[in-house]
Order: sequence, then structure tokens, then C-alpha cells
Amino acid sequence: MQTHLVIDPQKCTGCEQCEMACSFEHYGIFNPARSRIRVFEFEHGRLAIPCACTQCDEAWCMQVCPTGALMRNAVTGAVELTAAKCVGCKVCTIACPYGTISYNPQNGKVDKCDLCGGDPACARICPTGAIQYESANTQGDAQ
Amino acid sequence: MSWQGKILRVDLTSGKITVEDLNMDWARQYVGERGLASKYLLEEMDPKADPLGADNVLIFATGPLTGTMASTSGRYCVVTKGPLTGAIACSNSGGKFGADLKYAGYDMVIITGKSDRPVYLLIEDDEVALMPADDLWGSTVWETESWLKQRHNNQMLKVASIGLAGENLVRYACIVNDLHRAAGRSGVGAVMGSKNLKAIAAFGSKGVKVSDPARFMRVVSDSHETMQGHRSRKQFTKLGTHPMLDMMNNFGGLPTRNFDDTRFDGVDKINAKASHTENANGHTNFITNKACFGCTIACGRIAHIDEKHFSIINRKEYWHASGGLEYETAYAFGPLCGIDDIDALTFAGFLMNEHGMDPISFGGTLAAAMELFEKGIIGSDDTDGVELKFGNSEALTIMAEKTGKHEGFGKVLGLGSRAMCEKYGHGEIAMQVKGQEFAGYDSRALQGMGLGYATSNRGACHLKHDTFGPDMEDQTGSGKADPCRVSQDFTAMLDSTGLCLFTASAGLKEPVFRELLNAACGHEWSEEELRICGERIWTIERMFNLKAGFTAKDDTLPERLKTVPAPSGTAKGKVSALDEMLPEYYQLRGWSSDGVPLAGTLERLGLADLTVDGK
Repeated sequence: MQTHLVIDPQKCTGCEQCEMACSFEHYGIFNPARSRIRVFEFEHGRLAIPCACTQCDEAWCMQVCPTGALMRNAVTGAVELTAAKCVGCKVCTIACPYGTISYNPQNGKVDKCDLCGGDPACARICPTGAIQYESANTQGDAQ
Repeated sequence: MSWQGKILRVDLTSGKITVEDLNMDWARQYVGERGLASKYLLEEMDPKADPLGADNVLIFATGPLTGTMASTSGRYCVVTKGPLTGAIACSNSGGKFGADLKYAGYDMVIITGKSDRPVYLLIEDDEVALMPADDLWGSTVWETESWLKQRHNNQMLKVASIGLAGENLVRYACIVNDLHRAAGRSGVGAVMGSKNLKAIAAFGSKGVKVSDPARFMRVVSDSHETMQGHRSRKQFTKLGTHPMLDMMNNFGGLPTRNFDDTRFDGVDKINAKASHTENANGHTNFITNKACFGCTIACGRIAHIDEKHFSIINRKEYWHASGGLEYETAYAFGPLCGIDDIDALTFAGFLMNEHGMDPISFGGTLAAAMELFEKGIIGSDDTDGVELKFGNSEALTIMAEKTGKHEGFGKVLGLGSRAMCEKYGHGEIAMQVKGQEFAGYDSRALQGMGLGYATSNRGACHLKHDTFGPDMEDQTGSGKADPCRVSQDFTAMLDSTGLCLFTASAGLKEPVFRELLNAACGHEWSEEELRICGERIWTIERMFNLKAGFTAKDDTLPERLKTVPAPSGTAKGKVSALDEMLPEYYQLRGWSSDGVPLAGTLERLGLADLTVDGK
């Protein structure tokens, strides 16, 4: 069964605990600038929207990667980065229509959501349930 | 670790910017944020200096837990000499700015001197520059924030700025960050204005590391769980601090019409229930709640004003959502000025954020002006033709805007209640301590609160101690001095961690804060050591004030609260028992009867080298 990050902006308070959890999970540091999930706010905070990779079925980032550094994890459905193969060409950051892959100048590779291997830290920490890790079968039903 | 170990030093006179190592001995003695900044302030400036002169020092400080996953970690504070009071000012703010300042790699920014032209400070990790702000001078907080993000093509940039109030040295101007979070009290925004510093814009990508990540994350996880289940946390999330209005009204401790009464008839029209209820036009004031950075409480209110309300009916620029009413704003514009119009209150709140002013002090000053007006001491000739009577909601919105823009009678209101009332020869009408106006708790009904107001190092303030428990239990002066002292020291410590005081209201206790600090900092404070840190911080703030010229005579309350009995509520017939509590408080603190820390007390705190004028 495929599982996805399901995000409900109505429940998001904009606290960015998810961003810190993400950077801590992957780099052992609290650093929203290195988070793969980003919260964007609109109209003086009336709306806060967490944005993360949707793990597209037809993943353009994966298709354009010239070194094969992006590969689908058959178990989680996540498109994952093999850091050793990434040459920092940034083409995937251009291909992604949602801007959820970003270049990390500190290590010369890209940062991309890998669903934490099937137990995403952002969903675990979210205090309001705005980020859930759920079956893809019901994706969008609530909306 | 957890401290970044670096201080950014900016001299506005010479334009010189340097980075230096944090004094780690002081970090362990004063923790961070409020405590550490107070220590640097005391070391670096003459407490007698003019708060609006080039010799005042302005410090922006984060704490060791700022920017970590500990809940409410977005905080920073501004420490300087306050122009409203002449005392040490310590104004704490949430939002996101503090976290980014720390992520850029700095525990503190120490600003000295005065620029000869308007500038703003841009901090992007190691790239720090003073930039010309001539074109930003005269713009509001909201414009400044939006323009700086656009100019630097970085929506992640966090901005702390002053509006017109700070530029024009309104004595209670604040520094606003992230549109509606503010280092609110004592006029820290006017200090920024006096230095020609319009804004600080910060973006950081360095992150914050803790010393023992596994241990830290265990206590983060436990503390999040404690707070999630706590009754007060749930109330803060749902209603913010707004319900305090009903609580204080029912108790009879709600200052009304400049402390003429302790209950207000119009509470039902401006309380939390009113903000969640549709009005006759089908409009609901409250929209949603909002968190500061890292906060799992989210007590912030996002609200909007009824488009048909007189204040904004032809002003579409205010038809959007923004920061809504919390208790202190609702109290200071509502009961204190006798006004029961929730849209007027919300609009005046928007104006406070847009122009950068402290709503408590503005409300207190307006209420004093209303009393001057009603008593015939000032007339409509003085007030630009506005009928400045209690209950006049139009007067509130007009004067909020005039004060923000420094026009007409707004210039007088911008002096604060004490200077304004003294100008008209009636200092007794100003309800303040050390020049700073009261929060929404009447000292005749809450005795420990009165002692806290009188002894707070930044003038009347409800955030530097917590005696609600004992105050609700009985309304005498007995048994209040010790809880006041103990909670002052605890609050000084908690303020210095980089977390919000509401974590303590939402269920976290001393051992949790200590464990967070110890796991994050790689330094093991014992319970007693951390308690001493709090007492040491309180004492150096006190020493700053004594050196600035304050004496025991300034630890007082207005005569009205000491001699005119509360007219209604549970405290009917009571006055403040300050004269009974204060000697006991001095004694418990180890201070002389003149309120000066004794040599033995200073020695016990490791402050033996501190003296007041050689005495």
C-alpha cells in the first residue's frame, strides 16, 4: 500500500516544528534552511501552508537526473537521493514544478524528501495533525 | 553548543561591524537572552546615560534554547535603557526573527553609537552590512517588512523594525517583528529611532546544534506531550489570553476608566465569546489561531475588522486579516478607556502593530488623557477637537492613529502618561510605576501583583513575576512577598533560556527547563545553581537602576491604589497593602531598608564587585 504525506493547511499554525524535525532527522541539527518541508504564510498569518514533495508518479526530477542519483524506493514510494551519485548539477531543482527540491551549498548536493524511510519526522512531530502520513488510496478524499 | 558562541557588534557612529567570542563564563552565570544581555549592558554603558542619546547601548539577544525544538523557541529580547522609564528595559518578543538571528550564527547583537543617517542592518549568515534606509524612513512596520523582503529577493528574511512611532521617539514605541509580534514595552523602539536604525533584517542557514541530541530529544518529546495534555495549553490554543477579561471582571480586578472602577459593564461586547460570535452584519472578528516559531501552543489571534465598521469603512487597506486581540490589548483599549466596541479595539490594535507602539502604555496614556478631559483640565482645544471622553470609541481610533503618526494631540500622548499628566500639572492622574503604565490587574484586588508592579525593574509589569495563586486565595498583603520574590527569580531564569513564559503556564516545571538547558548546553546546572542564576539576573537589573539614580522611593504605586478603596468586586473597600509588603520583600531579598542589596547578598551571588556610587 502506498502512503503519502497528507497536508491540511486549515490545521497548520505555522510553528515550523516540522522544519526543525526534518533538518534534525537528516543532519542532526535544527535548521529550517535545510528542511525539505517548508511552511509558507499568507495574509499576515491567516493561512500557513506546509509544502513538501508529493512523490509524483511521473517524477520529472528523477527523469532529468543525468547521473541516476534519484531512484524510486519501491517500499515507501519515495523518490530518494543517492548522495554519492549526485554531482550538484541542480537540474532536478529546475524540473520540479513545486520547488520542493533545493540545492544545499554546504555539501554540494540537493536536499529531497525521502519520507524518512517510511516514518516521516514532520508528521510525527506536528502538534496539530496538519501533516499526516496516510494511505494514498484516500488522498484528496477529505478535500 | 546551543549557544552559538558569537556576538555581533555594530557601532553605528563609525559604521564598524565586528564579530567576537561570547564570554562563556558569563553565559554559564547568566544563561542567555535577558540575563546575559543585562550583564553586557551593565558592563558596557553608564546607567546614567541619556536613553535617547548616542551613549545608550541596544542589545538584541537570543537564549541557548532559541532555535531548538523545545516548544516556543522563537524568542529574543531587547535590552537597553528605556526612555519611558529611565530604567533598564527588557522587552521580549516571539515571532520568527529571534530564531533566524541565532541561525545566522549569533547569540546577540550589541548596537552602540548613533548613525548620522537612517540605516538598516542586514544579516545573512556571515554577510553583515549597514545599508542606507533614507527611502524607508517614514514608512510603516508593514511596508518596511514587505519592501526589505522584496529588495533582497528573500521571502525567508525576518525583519524587526520600527514604524513612525519609533522614528518620532514616542516614549513607548516598540520594535515589531514578523508583522505583529513585538518587543513591546518601555520604549525600546524609540531607542532604535534615536539611533537612526530603522530595521534589522536577518536570515540564517547555519542552524543550531545541541550538546546531547538524544537526551535533548527525549525531554523535547516528553515536554511536548505534557503541554499537549495540559488544560491551560488547550485554552491558550482555543482562546488565547482573551478569557482573562471575564476572569478579571468577575474577580473585580479589572482596571476600568483609569482605575476608577474594578469592573466593567461592557465586557460581554469585547470578550473572547464576542470575538467568536457573528455580529449583525454576519461578521466574526476571530479567524484563526497562530503560532510563533517553534510553538506548540499557538495562542496568537488572527482577526479582521467588520468592513462596515466606521473605522475602516472607506479604508480597504485594512480589510485584511492581521494580529487580533489578546488580553492586555483588549483591557487597555476596552475597560481602561471605558470602550466596548470590539472592532474599534481590533483596529487600534492593528495600528499599534503597523506604527510600532505598545498597546498597554498607549491605552494607559489615553485613559489618563480621558480623565484629564472629563475633569476639565484639558479641553477640546488641546485635543484637536476630539471629545476625549471615556467610552468614545472614535476617540480611541483617531488618537491611536495620531500618536502613531505623531500628529496633533498624538504628540502629547506619545510622551506617556506620567510626562503628559505632569505637563498639565496633575501627575497624580497618571497610573504608572517608574513611568510605565499598568497591565490589566488592579493592585487593590491582587495584592502580590501590586508588589510585583512596584518592584519590577522595568516599571509596572505583569510579566516579571507570578503571584496569581496566592492573589486569588486571599486579598491581604500577608504571604505575598516571598512568592513574589521567588517567582521574579524564576521568571528571570526562564526569560533567559529563550523560551516563552507560557510554557510554564502550560504545564512545564523547573526540572524540565533545567534538563532542556543541560542537554542543550553541555553544562550541568543544579537546581540551586539555576535558581541563583535567576536571583543574580534580578539583582544586576536592580543594580543598573540604582546606579541610574533610582531609590526605594520609586518602588511605589500611585496614591489612588494606596488610598482610594476599590469600589466594587471581591476587593470592595480594599486598598493596596504595599507599605506592609515592601519591607518584608526587601528583607527576604537581603536588601537594606532602602532597597539596596547588602554586601553579603552581593557576595553570595558572586557580585561583590558591584557597588552603588562607591557605597
